[in-house]
Amino acid sequence: MRTAVRFILASVLTLAALPAFAALNIFACEPEWGALAQELGGDKVSVYNATNALQDVHHIQAKPSLLARARNADMMVCTGSQLEIGWLPILLQQAGNPRIQQGKPGYFEAAHYVRLLEIPSSTDRSLGDVHPGGNPHIQTDPRNIAQVADALAKRLAQVDPANTAYYQARYQAFMPRWQAAIARWEKEAAPLKGVSIVVQHKGFPYLENWLGLIEVASLEPKPGVEPTAAHLEEVLSLLQHKPAKMVIRAAYSDDRPSLWLAQHAKIPAVKLPSTVGGTERAKDLFGLYDDTVQRLLGALK
Amino acid sequence: MFRHKLIVSSVLLALGLPSAAEAATNADLQQIHHEIEQLRQNYESRIAALESRLKLAESEARQAGAKADKAAGQAEAASAIASAPPPSHSGGDNISAFNPGVSLILSGLYSNHSQDPAAYQITGFHLPADVLGAARPQRGFSLTESELGIYANIDPLFYGGLNFSIHPDNTVSTEEAFIQTTSLPHGLTVKAGRFYSGIGYLNEQHAHTWDFADAPLAYQAFLGGQFNNDGVQVRWLAPTDTYLEVGAELGRGANYPGTGRDKNGSGASALFAHAGGDIGISNSWRAGLSVLTTSPQDRTWDDVNLANAAVTNRFSGNSKLWIADGVWKWSPNGNTYYTNFKLQGEYLRRTEDGTLVSAATPGSYASTQSGWYLQGIYQFAPYWRAGVRTERLDSGSVDYGINNATLLRPDYAPTRQSVMVDFNASEFSRIRLQLAQDKSRQGASDNQLFLQYQMALGAHGAHQY
Repeated sequence: MRTAVRFILASVLTLAALPAFAALNIFACEPEWGALAQELGGDKVSVYNATNALQDVHHIQAKPSLLARARNADMMVCTGSQLEIGWLPILLQQAGNPRIQQGKPGYFEAAHYVRLLEIPSSTDRSLGDVHPGGNPHIQTDPRNIAQVADALAKRLAQVDPANTAYYQARYQAFMPRWQAAIARWEKEAAPLKGVSIVVQHKGFPYLENWLGLIEVASLEPKPGVEPTAAHLEEVLSLLQHKPAKMVIRAAYSDDRPSLWLAQHAKIPAVKLPSTVGGTERAKDLFGLYDDTVQRLLGALK
Repeated sequence: MFRHKLIVSSVLLALGLPSAAEAATNADLQQIHHEIEQLRQNYESRIAALESRLKLAESEARQAGAKADKAAGQAEAASAIASAPPPSHSGGDNISAFNPGVSLILSGLYSNHSQDPAAYQITGFHLPADVLGAARPQRGFSLTESELGIYANIDPLFYGGLNFSIHPDNTVSTEEAFIQTTSLPHGLTVKAGRFYSGIGYLNEQHAHTWDFADAPLAYQAFLGGQFNNDGVQVRWLAPTDTYLEVGAELGRGANYPGTGRDKNGSGASALFAHAGGDIGISNSWRAGLSVLTTSPQDRTWDDVNLANAAVTNRFSGNSKLWIADGVWKWSPNGNTYYTNFKLQGEYLRRTEDGTLVSAATPGSYASTQSGWYLQGIYQFAPYWRAGVRTERLDSGSVDYGINNATLLRPDYAPTRQSVMVDFNASEFSRIRLQLAQDKSRQGASDNQLFLQYQMALGAHGAHQY
């Protein structure tokens, strides 16, 4: 009995003592920010990804596991622009964790550091699932990643000042590699400029803006509203006089609508990773754009 | 020599020492040489200093230029980006900038019952008249509870909100009105005011998020539908990767199973613990154990005695309700959008002891009763869900003491079976069809049909797990 009590006491004390030596706990709302935090934070951070690339980011629940992780997080790295509005507020309210509350350095919203596109002029829910702050799917343009990286490196240093030099050094090492990669992707993707595409969900304006793709239609009649047979027919007839080269969708989207259009319009359907982990090759941030560009180019051939 | 003198004189003249010209001697000349030398050295050192400063300035300028080039390069890279400067998050100029989130729930119902609801009761379970009245179904068209909720962060330390419920009979009640800390450390949260107790699984959730049109029988029998309390709640979330939460509440306990009271201290206390987590990426779960303790004084209900005469019973004593709850959710890869499944069940067990006055005859009272429900909800396509619920109450043991001689103690187990299908055009609207066979009342099987809408407008509410 006494041994058992001692063992429990020792375990509790060990657990209680652990955080003092542990790395900075980062709660990443989406995998792309988890990957970026890992790039910049190296072994000084421990990253937990709240969601994965196969989950529709608009429909996440405030699961117990997320609450437990939010409780211990030193920092939240999220997209913002109301992408997480259905679940993040619950975590912030119930986690009992002052470090990650809005306005604290430990609360980081990537969307603050890039120029948002598709900011609606009116917000009315009859228009579907629109985000008043602008389209939140910013991670499909690597130049946005660069801007967020700059802000995130500074924020990491603010949250964990003891390792400022470390984060700066990692940022300095990451950026040239990233800029070089962007240059390479842009060169590779040159044939995509001016190419017309159809999207399943309006989740790619930043990608289109980056590579010069032209979105001629969306399979969802309104953002966040499932494609209907009637709307698919409309898109198909639109393509008669406004042809597109391909139809793209995110890894988490149902493949049937875009496969239907692909079959009837005789254009390739392209699944894009959309974020880290969305496809086998999108293992990290570099892989994400490598694969995105390759898949788009592949559809062009 | 003459020429020398002339030159020196000229120099001296030029230096402005004309009077000394003629008195110039060798010594004087040397003195002058010395002075000129000093002047020269002086100027030279100053020129050197100026030169070095110039060089420094030049090199600095070069560095600055290089920096400027680099910065310009970066700026170019950045602006090639699509992107002009980051957004100015404005909109803070007008006075509505700090307005809280307002959300309105609109709900309406058509219901069809094969039995007359006037005689509605849950046989063997004694509800005070007002609680029974609220649980009694209505036939035909009616508004069900429409809710107005106003919530916001108050300041960096507090969150707060209010939820009004507008009832079909044009009365309004305050379902919730509370403040809650957001910035206490170590996983602590304190709530104060009126709020739904953290006991069980369904109790804390607003009725419009429930998966059926009505509360489970066990909730109706033991909590009067849903238990809210005026008081204080403290919750602690453990610093573990597995979700583990414990909470305690102290409150007035004015609502059933408690009664209204006027005394110092608290009339209800609750303790609860929840654990939860994920199993792989497709499964998540939560389980809990709670106990609610109240001390009703003169809880009064109408009954019929063995002689088939109406009597009024009054109970005073202690009431303890235990709840075990569990929920398991599945969706492929954790992507709930296309298909998902939710299995949920709760077991409630209540023990009460104290005194019971039946038609002026005081006696002892002790009872142990229980009930459970189990339900499964399957979303088989985007927008569409179907669900089944089965439930049963056990009237258990009831000991009226001396009043056993006069009061009925029916040996009956109320049951209800429900099925529902609902259509959710978005996360803001729901239309539901529910069919049920309700055997709450002994000897009267009520076949029910509900057609219901529930819509949310205004602020996007985040929902509990």
